[in-house]
Amino acid sequence: MARNAGSRVAEILDKHERDLLAGWIDRQLKVPGVRRDLLDEPELREQSRQFLRLVRDAAARAGVEDIDTTEWEPVREQLRALSRERARRGFTPSETAMFVFSLKEPLFARLRQEIGMDLNALADETWAANLLLDRLGLFTTEVHQQGREEVINRQNQDMLELSTPVVELWDGILALPLIGTLDSVRTQIVMENLLQRIVETGASIAIIDITGVATVDTLVAQHLLKTVAAARLMGADCLISGIRPQIAQTIVHLGVELQSVTTKATLADAFAVALARTGQSVGRGRTSA
Amino acid sequence: MADVDRIPIIKMGEFLLVSIQVDMHDRLAMTLQDDLTASIVRHRARGVLIDISSLEIVDSFIGRMLGNIAAMSRVLDAETVVVGMRPAVAITLVELGMSLPGVRTALTVERAMEMLRASVRAAAPIAPVDDGPVPD
Repeated sequence: MARNAGSRVAEILDKHERDLLAGWIDRQLKVPGVRRDLLDEPELREQSRQFLRLVRDAAARAGVEDIDTTEWEPVREQLRALSRERARRGFTPSETAMFVFSLKEPLFARLRQEIGMDLNALADETWAANLLLDRLGLFTTEVHQQGREEVINRQNQDMLELSTPVVELWDGILALPLIGTLDSVRTQIVMENLLQRIVETGASIAIIDITGVATVDTLVAQHLLKTVAAARLMGADCLISGIRPQIAQTIVHLGVELQSVTTKATLADAFAVALARTGQSVGRGRTSA
Repeated sequence: MADVDRIPIIKMGEFLLVSIQVDMHDRLAMTLQDDLTASIVRHRARGVLIDISSLEIVDSFIGRMLGNIAAMSRVLDAETVVVGMRPAVAITLVELGMSLPGVRTALTVERAMEMLRASVRAAAPIAPVDDGPVPD
């Protein structure tokens, strides 16, 4: 019996493809909150038609028990493409999964018509169909999630690269404006960038500006001090600037030791110190004429 | 590669120059410590310049050795400047929790020489007797 479960599903898919498709599309368009703004009807029709055909072929060849077989690969492939596409357009995971789940109603109705009064058979077939559609639906959700994660990872990577510029302010003076939060991964990248630039430019002073750092807790302070220590080991002095009033308060309340580093309220002040230490000066030029 | 069992110490005026060109192993580090302290005393050196720009690998022992050398030199009244630490080495030492607080550092040998000269000059008033009597 178990072996045969779902055999009628394949049969029905084959025999009533057209009706099922019509019912399904009708159902999909009636789902509350259907995203007409993101997807137009002809496209939906085409996707549904293609999906149903692929499911029919796969079910006829390999049965409906297991969707991980090679026969089901075309179906998975289409779902993957569809799910990625919808994720990109801004569908929610449930909206994406509804694509598959909304096939249940027309399919079950058709099963009931075909099998009629044989309640045992009807229950078995419904169960098989239910399992199949659940698996396919979950598959779309998984792919949807993966698609989202890829986007997040890429953005993360972009942010890491974008957010750690080291600029040369003056001869022998580097500045490192930090923006965002400072975790251990970013500290590592910031440190490497800074030290590399110190070697390249031969700078003797680096100013780390934390105006854009939202919060400074003990961990962030520790990361900052690490960077300062590493730069010092290479022979460059570090100044920390851009300490906002609230941050000064937090630092003291937390008991963070910043005694070993010169700190300044603004980048301009730190720059003046750096100029003095390197024996340089910048003055207002005499205006010509 | 032949096993190096000594790191040369070069005397340059009142300074000593040590260039570490090979990977340090522990025995080599100990020998260097002995040789260097002996040289400082023998030459009455006022400054020690340690160039580690070729050093690619450090561990906590080498880190401690650098700190120790600096501390010993200070006891013998000589400044130590460590020159040319590589970024990777600096990061490793910091991650090991060794920020070598007592060691002075410089990016290049010229700058280190400048630092040593400056510190000798700063200490001049109380310097050796053969500089003549201290001006009033």
